[in-house]
This record gives sequence, structure tokens and C-alpha cells, in this order.
Amino acid sequence: MTLTSTLDPVAQSSSEDTTSRAVVTMSGVSKVFSNGTLALSNMSLEVERGQFLSLLGPSGCGKSTALRIIAGLGAATSGTVQWPSSTLNSRGLPQGDIGFVFQDPTLMPWATVFDNVYLPLRLARRDRAQSRPRIEETLRLVGLADFANAYPRELSGGMRMRVSIARALVTKPRLLLMDEPFAALDEITRQKLNDDVLMLWRQSGITVIFVTHSVFESAYLSNRIVVMRARPGQVFADLAISTSSERDEDYRTSEEYRATCAVVSKTLHDAIHSAEQTR
Amino acid sequence: MSTDARMAPSPAAHDDAVMAPPQTGIGERVLTIIVPVVMLVLAVLVWQAIVTFNNIPKYILPGPGLVFQTLVTDMPILFPALLVTLNITFSALALAVVGGVLFAVLLIQSKWIELALYPFAVILQVTPIVAIAPLILIYAPSTQVALLIVAFLVAFFPILSNMVQGLKSVDHNLLNLFDLYGASRWQQLIHLRLPASMPYFMTGLRIGGGLSLIAAVVAEFAAGSAGAGSGLAFRLLESGFRLNYGRLYAALLLLTFTGVAIFAVTSFVSWLVLHRWHESAVRREN
Repeated sequence: MTLTSTLDPVAQSSSEDTTSRAVVTMSGVSKVFSNGTLALSNMSLEVERGQFLSLLGPSGCGKSTALRIIAGLGAATSGTVQWPSSTLNSRGLPQGDIGFVFQDPTLMPWATVFDNVYLPLRLARRDRAQSRPRIEETLRLVGLADFANAYPRELSGGMRMRVSIARALVTKPRLLLMDEPFAALDEITRQKLNDDVLMLWRQSGITVIFVTHSVFESAYLSNRIVVMRARPGQVFADLAISTSSERDEDYRTSEEYRATCAVVSKTLHDAIHSAEQTR
Repeated sequence: MSTDARMAPSPAAHDDAVMAPPQTGIGERVLTIIVPVVMLVLAVLVWQAIVTFNNIPKYILPGPGLVFQTLVTDMPILFPALLVTLNITFSALALAVVGGVLFAVLLIQSKWIELALYPFAVILQVTPIVAIAPLILIYAPSTQVALLIVAFLVAFFPILSNMVQGLKSVDHNLLNLFDLYGASRWQQLIHLRLPASMPYFMTGLRIGGGLSLIAAVVAEFAAGSAGAGSGLAFRLLESGFRLNYGRLYAALLLLTFTGVAIFAVTSFVSWLVLHRWHESAVRREN
């Protein structure tokens, strides 16, 4: 196992050629809510292509806010978000390059699984019949090929989340943003979905930014963990995680995983502690 | 990739559960029809018994037998009147649905439009329509138009207020999702706000449907329209003046049937639209 820990953002230490490999770059992003709360303070982050990056931190550290700013769901008060390798639409967002999975499945209850997954294509004015093969392929990818005509209320919580993931993937985005997607699921379903997301990531080479407050989830999934602290929300540490073995059931019980969790846990603890000292 | 399909029944089984009538015993299903029918028949029999055993004269309280008999013999008089009332009722309801939905869509476009226009809707709602009916009669080109306006005003508000509530009660994350994919306001309305407001619209429709019939009758009372071409309300008054209580009760019976039919139809439409997805129309499964 190699585990490097540095308090400098990876972006600053990277060489020049990584600039072209960056999918999205945040520079000096701050966010002040209308009630005056400083949710995010001077956050800089460069996300490279193919990374599985977890934003880990206690509640109120601005990790979800950062994700929403990247997705264009809320404007930064100051600072910029740049997309070095995407063509931008009129709203300054990379067209069709972002998939977003919310904490709740956020499905339309009146629409079938098929129509829920079709939604991003429908909003892009794609023809329904021509989109059918791609939708069915995406449903197969998340293991819901037989459920195209089911309604969300007929599905279990884990299956609804799979529909939500399929909807995020159907536009074949280059960046998948996930906002604590499995926080409300039971442990067994959660581990299953963790494995499935890892497999999707390995197969498609998609870049993932995954917001979580679980040390174990972030250590299992990511090859990079950005630990954040609260009051104000900012990056506390940037950890590169690499493993010698495949991440699977055996890895969950391995000494390597345990050691990784210990380091990540310690860093998170320090982040929380430092926030408490500045109160 | 394997699925967690085993955790839930197959979709086919689900479809059965949603589509099939309640899987209760056949006896219970028959009872759900028999119980209300028996109770109604009992009520009619009690009514007849009270009239018969107390020798109540028919100009005070006619028995159900006489009422049904009058219903048949006076049908040439009552049926045209029913058609007039139905015409006003459904015209008013149709106008209220179209007007209520369009006005609601307009109101949610901006906070300022709502602040500017909603007071007018509220003022129309809280003003007793019967009190302004004479005014409407003066200004309207004909009595029929006046009746239509009164019935429309009564049915309009429940549909409008429910629709506004429904259009606003959209999951914020779904709104975020639509923004994320760059949906236009039109797409947001068609694919998100209108479907999401359907349960609210159906509530408004059921209330508005019942009210439009009541308003059509009340408006005719207020207008005091008379003679041929008048609705059931005129026949009610006329029968009352002539102490022809058999016909009065027959006209009342027709109105009640119409009201029940409107409720049944609007409930069925509501079920058709909502039964696949909305909690209000899906049987609870424990």
C-alpha cells in the first residue's frame, strides 16, 4: 500500500501536462448564503480525468455546496469554476457532460423507470424511439433491464437509487457528481451499490466526485479523498489513496483497507478538531 | 452485474397488485356493494312506513312510491329542465377548469404577478355569489349567460387554488434536476409542474364539479327565471308554490342523482390519472 498525505492540494503540486487532463477546476471559490453563512471559503480543487474523488467531511463543511456549484446549481459568490476540456453551453456549463445523483433518488413518481431515465434525453429534445436502445443499455448496466415499465413506488430504495444512477449515466457524461447518494440506504444495499459504482467507474473511465460523510465508504471507493472542515467550509487535506489489490469483498476485510481507514479517520478527526478550535 | 431484484417482487407481480381489484374474499367484495344498497333500500322503506302509518297527506310529505311515480309521469316536464341545468353545470365546470388552470399557470410565473392578481381571485371567492347575482343579471346579456357566470365563479376558485398549490408543490430536487439539464420554462411546466400538480387538480375538480351543480341551481333561484327553457330550480319553486310535493321531490331526486353522478365521474377520472403512482389512489400494502 502506498498512502501519501499532503496538506497541499494536488493541483498545486501537479506538473503542467495535468492541466489538459483536468475535467473541472475550482479556483478560490467562496459561497455566502443569503442568511450570511459562509458555506465555502476560498476552495481550490482540480479534478483530473478518471479520478474517483471523495469529498469527505462533517455536516456543514460545504461539501454538498461545492458539488452544487460545480453542477451549476448555485452560483459561487466569488471565484471561478473552469472546464478546460469541455464545450460550454449558454449557461456556462459543459453540455451533457455532467450527471448528478442526489441524496434522494429524486424520481418523477408519475413516470415509469424508462421515462425517468429518458428525461435528460427528452429535455435535450432527443427522439424517444431513437433513444430506446441507449436507455435500455443503461438500464442493463445498473441491473434494471426488467424494470423499464415499473413505477418508482413499486421499487425498493436501492433499486430507486439505481434508476437515479441510470438517469445520470444516460447522457454518457464525463463527470458524475454524487451527493451522499447511499446515505439513506441499509448497509447491505449500500455495499452492493458501492461495488456496482466502482465497477461502472472502472468500465467506463468516467470521472466521479462523490460526497460522503462516511470514512469507510470514501476509503473503499476513492483513489483520492479531499477532507473538508467546517466553519468556514474549506479543504483541510488532500489524500491520494492507492491500493495494491482489487477492491472487492476481500479488500473490505484486508489490513490495507483497515490502515487506509485509520489514516482517513485520523485526518477527518483533525479536521473536526481544528474547526472546533476556531469557534 | 447482479441486481437486488430478489429484494422485491417481480414487476409482473407488482402490476397485478396495482391493477387487480383488492384481493379480498369474494364474500367481502359482494358485501361492499350489498351494504350500501341495503342501507339505501332500508331508508326508503322507513320513509314509506312513516308516511303510511302516520297517514301523512301527500301535500305535506309524499311517500317514495308517489315520488318515483311522479318522476316517471312528469318526465316530459322534468327532463328538459334537467338538460338546461346540466348544460349550465358542465359549461361552467369546463370554463372553470380551463380558466382555473390557465390562471394558475399565469400566477406561478412570478411572485409579482401573483401578488397583483391573487387578491381579485380571493375577493371573488369570499363575496357571497348570491348577493352579487342580481348585479350579474343586470350586466349580463341574457339570463343564461348570467347563470353561467355565477356557476363559473363558484367552481373557479377551488380549481384555481388547488392548482396553484399543486404547481408550487414540486420537489425542489426535481426542479434542480431540470435546471441541471437546461430545461426551458415550457419543458419544466409540461414535464414537471403539470404532472406533479395532478393530485391537487383532481381535488379541485371533484370540489368544483359538485359546486358547479349547486351554483347552477342557486343561480337560478337568485335569477328567478321562469317558464319554458328554465332549469330544475324553477321546477322546484313552481312545484312548491303549487303544493305539488311529489314533483318537488322528484326534481330533488334528479338533482341528487346528477350530483352523485358528477362525483362518481370526477372520482373515476381522478383514479384513472393517479392510480399507477399516487399514494391517494393506491391500495396500502402491509
